[in-house]
Amino acid sequence: MPTDVSSLKTVLEFKTSTLSVPVLHLSVNVLQQIELQLLEKIAQAPEFFKNSPVLIDLQKLTVQNLTISVAEIVGLLRKHGFLPVGIRGGNEAQSADALAMNLPVYAYHAQNTSQPAEQKPFKSFPEPEKEVATAANASSENKLVTQQVRSGQRVYAKGDLIITASVSAGAEIMAEGNIHIYGTLRGRALAGVLGNSESRIFCSDLQAELISIAGFYQLRDDLNYQSSHKPVQICLDNQTLIIKEI
Amino acid sequence: MARIIVVTSGKGGVGKTTTSAAISMGLAKRGHRTVVIDFDVGLRNLDLIMGCERRVVYDLVNVIHNEATLSQALIRDKRCDQLYILPASQTRDKDALTTEGVGRILEELSKDFKFIVCDSPAGIERGATLAMYFADDAFVVTNPEVSSVRDSDRMLGILSSKSRRAENGQEPIKEYLLLSRYSPDRVKLGEMLSVEDVQEILSLHLLGVIPESKSVLNASNSGTPVILDEQSDAGQAYIDIVARYLGENKPHRFIEEEKKGLFSKLFGGK
Repeated sequence: MPTDVSSLKTVLEFKTSTLSVPVLHLSVNVLQQIELQLLEKIAQAPEFFKNSPVLIDLQKLTVQNLTISVAEIVGLLRKHGFLPVGIRGGNEAQSADALAMNLPVYAYHAQNTSQPAEQKPFKSFPEPEKEVATAANASSENKLVTQQVRSGQRVYAKGDLIITASVSAGAEIMAEGNIHIYGTLRGRALAGVLGNSESRIFCSDLQAELISIAGFYQLRDDLNYQSSHKPVQICLDNQTLIIKEI
Repeated sequence: MARIIVVTSGKGGVGKTTTSAAISMGLAKRGHRTVVIDFDVGLRNLDLIMGCERRVVYDLVNVIHNEATLSQALIRDKRCDQLYILPASQTRDKDALTTEGVGRILEELSKDFKFIVCDSPAGIERGATLAMYFADDAFVVTNPEVSSVRDSDRMLGILSSKSRRAENGQEPIKEYLLLSRYSPDRVKLGEMLSVEDVQEILSLHLLGVIPESKSVLNASNSGTPVILDEQSDAGQAYIDIVARYLGENKPHRFIEEEKKGLFSKLFGGK
């Protein structure tokens, strides 16, 4: 075993990932009632709930000024095979109790509730800041490619991506901003990959396999567009990709 | 200092080994000391096409592992004393090749030879990437059909990013297109991509078009590089290609259907 830490290569890295976890919304604070209905649910799909992670949502109780012991509800869930992974929407005392039990307290993405402000201090994981490329900070992140992008190659630009050659079939080009291609686009082009729906794709000849703006994509077969070997621009209008000749 | 040429394609069966044999023989016949190396370890073919399969004692892998010297492994061609063949091993696999080993062999050969032709295996795995890693020039052999063109395109991407020249920030590998198994009448019927179609997709300097020809199979079966069959269309195409590579200005042939009767007169209608 090497003991010199500095000689080790990077052995870990943190990445953000979005998972889907069942959330248990409680609307009464009577444990017997909760247990009864819980057993009914489990009876419907015993395998599904076995060892299932569950997030306990106390929002509805908090709004009604009802309270419940975090330790008791967690105990109840564990008894029936659930693995509670955290709580959200509880009051300060409940959040503190959860943390004391080593259970994370999640922030509530509330629209119209009175709670979010006082819950922030208990946020155990900071929300990833959403990066939206704006004109001001993107200018230095633009990328210029002067050679043909070959099949199997990928190009990513944090700002705009400008390509003064063709993009081959099987190549993939992505930009957080706009994409300009002064050649034939045969591969895949994805603009506004971080969600900028104002971004556009421009190319001298559109024969793409796939085009996407802000996650809205269309395949070649769905494009309903026959290449006329003329320059076009593609923009997003009301969640639909629009192709216009320039 | 030798010029290292890799003959590559990505896709199999397009004519890499035929081309390697033909151009190495062509360069040697023009008086340049040339060696051709088979990188297709485990599926060695070049020795068959060159007609020296019964003279293989040591091979590339033996030299890499210092089990034999280069001079023991090199086979001198019986038809042209400027040409040498370094065969691949049939009993090993491509993992037996190492970057350091290949680099050392190429450096040693560079002292003695003017041209080193590397016959790449198909695919984009170890054998193929090592065959191209040290190259100065790349002959990309492509058939006029979509899958071959796409594989060539992929190979061109790898050539521009994963070669020694790319890694050292030197002048990039010079890439040439060789369009093989071309049949003008099938292009006319729309069954094959035309030279223009392929050029438009790959945007590459065209070194030559090799027509689909029976003479290639005959040459392979008899262990004679097709370039030695000077009467055949494919042989002449390779003679032109070697001349163009050496800087001569030769007009392209075999692109058009034989319409004027001139070609058929000259080439016996093959």
